[in-house]
Amino acid sequence: MTTTIFYSSAVLLLIISFFKDRAKTQKALKKAWNSFLKLIPAIVPMVLFVGIALTLVSPEIISRLLGESSGLLGIFAGATLGSIAMMPSFVAFPLGQNLLNNGAAYPQVAVFIATLMAVGISTLSIEVKYFGRKFTLLRNIFALVASFIFAFLIGVIL
Amino acid sequence: MKSFINTYRFSLVFLMIILFMALINLSLATNALGIAFDNILTMLGVIPPIFILIGLLDVWVPKETMIRYMGDSSGLVGLFFAFLLGALAAGPLYAAFPVAAILLKKGARFAYVLFFLGTWTSAKIPLLLFEMTSLGVHFTLIHVSSMLVMYFIGSVLIEKALQPHEKKAILLRLNTI
Repeated sequence: MTTTIFYSSAVLLLIISFFKDRAKTQKALKKAWNSFLKLIPAIVPMVLFVGIALTLVSPEIISRLLGESSGLLGIFAGATLGSIAMMPSFVAFPLGQNLLNNGAAYPQVAVFIATLMAVGISTLSIEVKYFGRKFTLLRNIFALVASFIFAFLIGVIL
Repeated sequence: MKSFINTYRFSLVFLMIILFMALINLSLATNALGIAFDNILTMLGVIPPIFILIGLLDVWVPKETMIRYMGDSSGLVGLFFAFLLGALAAGPLYAAFPVAAILLKKGARFAYVLFFLGTWTSAKIPLLLFEMTSLGVHFTLIHVSSMLVMYFIGSVLIEKALQPHEKKAILLRLNTI
């Protein structure tokens, strides 16, 4: 779905751009290709790392770690796992539902989902490449704190 | 060769770990590679078109336009565009970085770009219904509203924490990418 939208809008705009100005369009494609090439050395290790991490820590292990009586420790486990793991949202949401059905508690799953989407330890090297250390560190720490507050709210309200 | 090893040193270490996993239990290694492969497929679904869109934005949108709509004095309009860009997209976090980079490069305000990243990581409109059906309406509403409020505050705080020379350094760095 997302893929279709992204690809069709890219192709459509490329065609429009091509008819308006050939040279500019070529320049745009060249820029796109160059940034893609530069990203590859950062993507390959990230993907391998996430593959290893998610193999060693299976969904069953995760739901046990985030169980109803796991308390504060479960919150920290959820935050750690969420910060390290990387998966698309359309995989993460059903996984969260699955964890809840398997006996995980709401705040623990909340912090896991929130950090999964907002905190990226596996992608730190890419983020630093773009924005430098301080920006990256501040953004991730803030996202982590926000995720904890969100989990607290879920615990209080739900 | 030496630079190749240097560039891919982490990849080589991880490949060695996977090899080691294969020696213990072959299914562990195939599982890890399978997850890695899935992630690469997801990536190919979003990264190439995003880079093409960024390339087009780079050549077609002049700096003045970006400054007018998302620059330091764009006010609520800038905030609105930051929200819109983040909420309409539905890619993983790392796909947002190059987009944030081009926004900064073209003169968007740091706080708006940070808010864009925050929206991207918490309030994706295309995925809202999906989140509601998986995790519940209340969960989703609390998630989206609390994160947006916090990111709004956080964006301003982080922008304040960055010194002018640090912002300049980031912009210089982006120009080399």
